[in-house]
Amino acid sequence: MDILFVAIPIALLVAGFFVAAFLWGVRSGQWDDVDTPPMRMLLEDETETKNRADKDKNAP
Amino acid sequence: MKVQRPVSAPARCLHCGLPAPAPTEPEAPTFCCSGCRSVYEAIHGAGLDRFYELPWTREAASPAQPSQHRYEEFDDESFLAQHAEGLAGGRLSVELYLEGLHCASCIWLLERVPQVLPGVQSVRIHMGRRVAQIAWDPNTVRLSEIARTLDRFGYPVHPHNSLEAARAQTLENRQHLARVGLAGALAGNVMLLAFALYGGAFSGIAERYENLLRGTSLVLTLIAVAGPGRVFFRGAWSSWKLKRLHMDVPVAIALSLGTGWGAWLTLRGHGEVYFESITAVIFLLLIGRWLQFHQQKRASEAVELTRALIPRRARRWNGSDWETVPHTALRLGDRLQVLAQESLPCDGEVLEGHSSLDASRLSGESRPVPVGPGDPVFAGTVNLGSTLELRAEAVGSDSRLAGLMRLVEEGARNKPRRVLWADRLAHRFVFGVLLLAAATLGLWLWRDPSRAVDQTIALLIVTCPCALGLATPLAYQAAIAAAARAGLLIKDPDALERVHPGGLCLLDKTGTMTHGRMTLAHWWGSEDARSAVLALERDVEHSIARALVEGLSEPGASAQAKDVQAQLGRGIQGTIDGHVWRVGSPRWLVQANSARPAWWDAAWATLEAEGLSPVVVERDGALVALAALGDSLAEDTPDAIRELRSMGWEIEMWTGDSVGVAQAIGQAAGLPAEAIHAEQQPEEKLARIQAAQPERRVLMVGDGVNDAAALAAADCGVAAHGGAEASLEAADACLLRPGLRSLIVLLRGSQRIEHVVKRNAAASLFYNGIGAWGAIAGWIQPWMAAILMPLSSLTVITLSFRSHTFDAPETHAERKP
Repeated sequence: MDILFVAIPIALLVAGFFVAAFLWGVRSGQWDDVDTPPMRMLLEDETETKNRADKDKNAP
Repeated sequence: MKVQRPVSAPARCLHCGLPAPAPTEPEAPTFCCSGCRSVYEAIHGAGLDRFYELPWTREAASPAQPSQHRYEEFDDESFLAQHAEGLAGGRLSVELYLEGLHCASCIWLLERVPQVLPGVQSVRIHMGRRVAQIAWDPNTVRLSEIARTLDRFGYPVHPHNSLEAARAQTLENRQHLARVGLAGALAGNVMLLAFALYGGAFSGIAERYENLLRGTSLVLTLIAVAGPGRVFFRGAWSSWKLKRLHMDVPVAIALSLGTGWGAWLTLRGHGEVYFESITAVIFLLLIGRWLQFHQQKRASEAVELTRALIPRRARRWNGSDWETVPHTALRLGDRLQVLAQESLPCDGEVLEGHSSLDASRLSGESRPVPVGPGDPVFAGTVNLGSTLELRAEAVGSDSRLAGLMRLVEEGARNKPRRVLWADRLAHRFVFGVLLLAAATLGLWLWRDPSRAVDQTIALLIVTCPCALGLATPLAYQAAIAAAARAGLLIKDPDALERVHPGGLCLLDKTGTMTHGRMTLAHWWGSEDARSAVLALERDVEHSIARALVEGLSEPGASAQAKDVQAQLGRGIQGTIDGHVWRVGSPRWLVQANSARPAWWDAAWATLEAEGLSPVVVERDGALVALAALGDSLAEDTPDAIRELRSMGWEIEMWTGDSVGVAQAIGQAAGLPAEAIHAEQQPEEKLARIQAAQPERRVLMVGDGVNDAAALAAADCGVAAHGGAEASLEAADACLLRPGLRSLIVLLRGSQRIEHVVKRNAAASLFYNGIGAWGAIAGWIQPWMAAILMPLSSLTVITLSFRSHTFDAPETHAERKP
């Protein structure tokens, strides 16, 4: 079971990576508005085909 | 959802789905009001009809209220400098506060503005903050044009003045989240290591593995205590400085002693350590704090929002011409011009012109006030008729509106600070825990000194109030979500506790007890007069015409009028089947020698007594019909008042309107004459509340700017549906549906919330009690604490979200078939 001396630090490193990713997400504002994106997702899904043409038109 | 309706169905507004007057032609679109009509036309005109097919569109629908404000002030250099930010490529970005935002369809519609308006780069909606973030190219399109487009779609906008505060709040939220996330990760990892240790404790474990697991746990716990857990030490320190016991005190003591003692035991290589409980406590308490942060009432933006009632520009006579100047440049004695549908920029006196002013937001007076030369007029009132010229007599902070805003601030400042139940409980709890800790230490020093420190630390850790810290925020969080579904916006959950047990309830009249708009109250006259009025007024865009058409409308009436002529400020005239009909004001049509029917004088007396506005109908020079218009009582008001009484509220009506109107409405609602207070100024409402407050709780319900001060000062201020922004900002809760029915739902719900909070507290104290007993008796083990802790929190979470606090009202007035 001496593998624990290697496995635990590795596990913590992996955990640390995910915590860092989360903190990066928070700092860059990805959690600032959690109300609108779920709604917007529904809308874009439904209007995707219809708007693709518009988007192409509006692209700079 | 289908837009086409079967012909036999009752007419519904094409925009908002509320009942609408019957269409004049079978296939014609129907609307409940001109607001909805203009919004529909704007959306239809922009080719965004898909809006009406989205499944969310009808859910929270209410009549649209475009303000028709011109937003010219948004183009000022100074405005842009203050509110907009530069982006790459010369584009600008601004945040605007939106009214009328309610569902996913709104997001769909608003975020499609760039397709409609060239030059708008993007519109992003932040639903939670009710803000639109707009990026645009100032060389292609003006901000005022963008604002007008949003307004035409039914979302009046306001400048977002507290940009700094909003930023600070976002940053604080991020900090909370980062802490919760880090603490959660650490707690989870320590818990995993603890499982291994428990396994070892039961089936045996080599010492070096035990040391590895404990050492790692210690390191992670140290990170948790020194990182996210630091806030509790800060809280305990400020509690020490303020000499007030706070929940953070026992938490800080438990965290520091538990970690310190645990570290010592780890280094020594034996003894019971509580690392998993310590990290779980930090995690759970931080969640509670984060919830609480979200529920805190934000600093009021009322003052800035109400300044939006005053136009930022005015037209001033410079001796030879009218020039447009910013409102800050106005001086006493300036000669100003105010066009129809504009708001007045300052208080003053009319020099020239006759018109009527809508002062409802300022004074609560429901009828338009006629003004002419020599009459005093006030900033923020809207010119409904024709162009007025006035002399400025009080500008800026001297105006009556600015005075009202100062009153709101004063009201909010003097709001009584009642000690909340949860705070009292926390205070006792902390005291109790510290006492128990001392008792445990004493007991074990006497029985077995070698275990004294172990047991005291065990007690401090198992009594950590994590479930208690979650109890109130969770109960409120669940209730706020339920309330939103029931059409209530709760801004300050603490106010819900302040409405027990009953007390004095002040109701505003206009828009709270009544519909807040003109409707037909009485009609005297023949059937042919009825269809003649319909034929003449059908296509007129005026609040009186709309009220007449709505009140008289019936299927089948299809008289056709010819030679229709609108007479500005007087009425309308036309020919039907060879008869000349006139509908309009008595001043125009009633002469001393007019022929009048026998019932005329009695009808006129009724109308005068009830304070209603008359509309006269004349056929070939003879008076044939009389319509009385007024702001009528909402259908559910009398029931709501009865229920309020049964809940222990004494009800008084306070209105700025005249005595006649107030008595008529008040008595129809079932109020005794002495409870009806008419012609009251905002200062008097505020004084009444503050006089009652030493002994009683005061609940205030109102909708106008004139109510804002009273709403801010009351124990619980509730803004009625369709209220002015200032009242929405000053209030503790807002009714999102018309009628007082929702108020009853709010009060009943707040009683249930109290039960939930108390049940939560009882559950968490029960678990704490078991833990404390175990620590005192000496049989508690770290793994027991580690189970009790999340179990108690889970109980509280379940209790909170399983409780039915707010139920949507089954029917409400506007949706009756």
